[in-house]
Amino acid sequence: MVPEINKLTVRQAVDGIRAGAFSSVELTRAVLAATAKHAALNAYIWLDAADALHQAGAADAARQAGQAGALLGVPLAIKDVLNVAGQPCTCGSKILKGYTSLYDATAIARLRAAGAIFVGRTNMDEFAMGSTTENSAYGPTRNPAAPDHVAGGSSGGSAAAVAGGLALAALGSDTGGSVRQPASFCGCVGLKPSYGRVSRYGLVSYASSLDQIGPLARTVSDAALLLGVMAGRDAMDATTLDKSVPDFAAALQGDLRGMRLGMPREYFVDGMNPEVAAAVKAAIARCQELGAEIVEVSLPHTKYAVATYYILAAAEASANLARFDGVRYGFRAAAGDSPIEMYKKTRAEGFGSEVQRRIILGTYVLSSGYYDAYYLRAQKVRTLIRRDFDAAFTQCDALLTPVTPAPAYRLGETMDDPLHMYLGDIFTVTANLAGICGLSVPCGRTRVGLPVGLQVLGPAFGEEKIIRVGAAFERSGGAVP
Amino acid sequence: MNYVPSIGLEVHVQLRTRTKMFCGCSTAYGASPNTQVCPVCLGYPGAMPVMNAEAIHQTVVSGLMLGCEIGTFSKFDRKSYFYPDMPKNYQITQYDKPLCLGGGVAIVVNGAARTIRLTRIHLEEDVGKSTHHAACSGVDFNRAGVPLMEIVTEPDLASADEAMAFLLALKQTLLYAGVSDCNLEEGNLRCDVNVSVRPAGQEKLGTKVEIKNMNTFKGVHAALLYEIDRQSALLAGGGRVVQQTRRWEPDSGETFPMRSKEDAHDYRYFPEPDLLPVVLDRAQIEAWRAGLPERPADRRTRLVQSYGIPVYDAGVLTADRAVADFFETAATRCGNGKAVSNWIMTDVLRLLGERNCTLAQCALTPETLADLIALVDRRTINLPTAKGLLPELFETGGNPALLVTARGLGQMGDADEISRLVDQTLEANPRIVQDFLGGKQAAAQALVGQVMKLSRGKADPQLASKLVAEKLAARKG
Repeated sequence: MVPEINKLTVRQAVDGIRAGAFSSVELTRAVLAATAKHAALNAYIWLDAADALHQAGAADAARQAGQAGALLGVPLAIKDVLNVAGQPCTCGSKILKGYTSLYDATAIARLRAAGAIFVGRTNMDEFAMGSTTENSAYGPTRNPAAPDHVAGGSSGGSAAAVAGGLALAALGSDTGGSVRQPASFCGCVGLKPSYGRVSRYGLVSYASSLDQIGPLARTVSDAALLLGVMAGRDAMDATTLDKSVPDFAAALQGDLRGMRLGMPREYFVDGMNPEVAAAVKAAIARCQELGAEIVEVSLPHTKYAVATYYILAAAEASANLARFDGVRYGFRAAAGDSPIEMYKKTRAEGFGSEVQRRIILGTYVLSSGYYDAYYLRAQKVRTLIRRDFDAAFTQCDALLTPVTPAPAYRLGETMDDPLHMYLGDIFTVTANLAGICGLSVPCGRTRVGLPVGLQVLGPAFGEEKIIRVGAAFERSGGAVP
Repeated sequence: MNYVPSIGLEVHVQLRTRTKMFCGCSTAYGASPNTQVCPVCLGYPGAMPVMNAEAIHQTVVSGLMLGCEIGTFSKFDRKSYFYPDMPKNYQITQYDKPLCLGGGVAIVVNGAARTIRLTRIHLEEDVGKSTHHAACSGVDFNRAGVPLMEIVTEPDLASADEAMAFLLALKQTLLYAGVSDCNLEEGNLRCDVNVSVRPAGQEKLGTKVEIKNMNTFKGVHAALLYEIDRQSALLAGGGRVVQQTRRWEPDSGETFPMRSKEDAHDYRYFPEPDLLPVVLDRAQIEAWRAGLPERPADRRTRLVQSYGIPVYDAGVLTADRAVADFFETAATRCGNGKAVSNWIMTDVLRLLGERNCTLAQCALTPETLADLIALVDRRTINLPTAKGLLPELFETGGNPALLVTARGLGQMGDADEISRLVDQTLEANPRIVQDFLGGKQAAAQALVGQVMKLSRGKADPQLASKLVAEKLAARKG
């Protein structure tokens, strides 16, 4: 048996199964063994080994029956915010304890049709609200590169699973950086597609106008492969665009000659962690060596992005999370005298403090008398931020930036200071506000070994561009030592 | 002091789409609780709404029928409040960009014609239905997500009678438009009533009271009479009307406070991020306009002109689109519009009332009625025979000509045969003959009746009358 097949890339695994080097069952066993060995990471909050092996067996049988499939027999980890029929979907919250998904999310259905198998549910900040995966009812996830540090969030479980060899690849969701930031913290690749590229049907909504499902993987190539399977118009999600899905594999082959890559001035600021700044600048220098022309651009409204994001995301969340009331599914507190009483108790006991904070904030900014000052104003600023990017992309093909101002926090470091945590989202929330696509690629480590990511931002529906840049950088040796 | 009421209505109309507003579940009424539900209309985690294009079409058609301006850019919003019958705890509705603006409904009350202005028509989703039992409450979500059109009027109505006339005229137009069954028993049409009174001569409207969830027109009428009296008496006694929402109790015939302005919800409307705005191009709207069904008033005029029936008849027949359709089919087939109109207005509508059913539910078809009338017109059967056949045709249907042949109901039209019956009758009823000869004209009718009876109803009544008159005249002479 091949040693550590759980650490192969998805493409290697597909080739290995196809060539008969190992079976899906063997691969899944290796993944399950790693999962048991690294249980302390708390990457998964639910896992059914027997069911995973059953799915793997079915994949092997399908292979023998002559069936193919881009992902046939590949074990994936799924963030606990995506519905997989028959599995729990708690969103890292107590309030969805006991809920079992009735249906597959569209992204899941497409991966399933391509032959993927779903090992288990990965940990996350409750309802994707957080940047550390510490706001989970199921305990924090640890960073495989440095277990006393957080894995990032909110897709921290998925990032830790991929980086730690507990899955070949994973799905996360990215509302303000929740795929890219944990990928950067853990040292794997994370891709946030353009808004409307991947169906959100079956993704439990946090902020509907910002949410996107994205892959976390060991290589840009694997992320592109998963994206290709999931992408495209879905009749069940009115916000998906009817755009043809390009051949992302072709984009992997391109080099950087003739590309103009922009460095936004506002993303290289004083106060950044110097090691992060150095690693990102070295990566940009590498891109230049590879033939790209580097230009400086400006995104002048960047300083308003975090405030804009937290107003809009909280506003949408306050309505999106209203359905968790104990009436139809999930957790219900001991009934009070009236429905209102029951709602209050259920939601007070079922939601964690960060979720409650954002629901209250969102309720406030939508209240009559405050709507214009907050929600409406934020929508206007959002338009300005989008225009910043429109203007920047007339000067360059893609942007190169850090993913975060600092590497992974120590466990507990931001728990008492939510504002500090919010400010860490400064370089990622803009892509969600503008609806554009973004990629996080490992580009180095700090002295103590914490991974650092390079962010490649591309225009809406310009995934080929960021994939081309990320793949070329990766091919040139990837993370700068 | 005289007080003048101002009334505005918010009418909720369930559209006649096959599926719900945002999912593929059936809208059929009467299924077992929670059998027409899915993750979308149950508000399950991750489910998303998808627009029902037919609901948009039906709302625009309603707007065009009611003379509204159609918004080429319209959008949906979330209206947030917590209630167990609302799966997502927000309702998807339209806040500031409804599909239709303006428009009006013409009414006639006590001979006076007025147009009641509409503010807007918007589209939203219905909620589930709560039922309360001894120890618990239940919710049926079959209704949750059924497309619901809300028609809002200006406060133009000045009396309970006008409100009633408005509702009837609106219902008639919606039935003509084919956008709703408007079945009140099934909750297709529900209504919130806003009413205020002010001293005669005062311009500014008084403080308004809202009466929620009225589901019968009679209820609206009675509640308005009560509320106008209550508010007028309050003002006359030096009191003040409090802005509040009230509930109508049909049993006691009174309204009761539900909540005051202070506990009004803050609905926190914001644009629905899961749906794109609805953009209608002018050409589409014009195509829909071109395909509009005839309006009731236009049809009244046309029926008078095309079928030569009185204006009154046309009014009765067009009150219900199904009745007017029935009339036109039958009148075209037998060519005797006035007879068809008479039959419908007297016999058919009476039978519908007695059996408490609709035309669609009874067995009588317009073709059958036309054939029955044709048999009379051709003097194959007489009118009483035809009338005698109607209840059976109404209940079980059938071919009138075949029934007549099978049962030997054909009219006795032979003068010699009827003449013999007349002679027999005169012989057998000397007293009545004497009465006639003594000057009692009505006695002749009694004798014709006896002739008809003797013929077991089959004699041609006109011929029988003529022969009776002739033979009586001969005796007189």
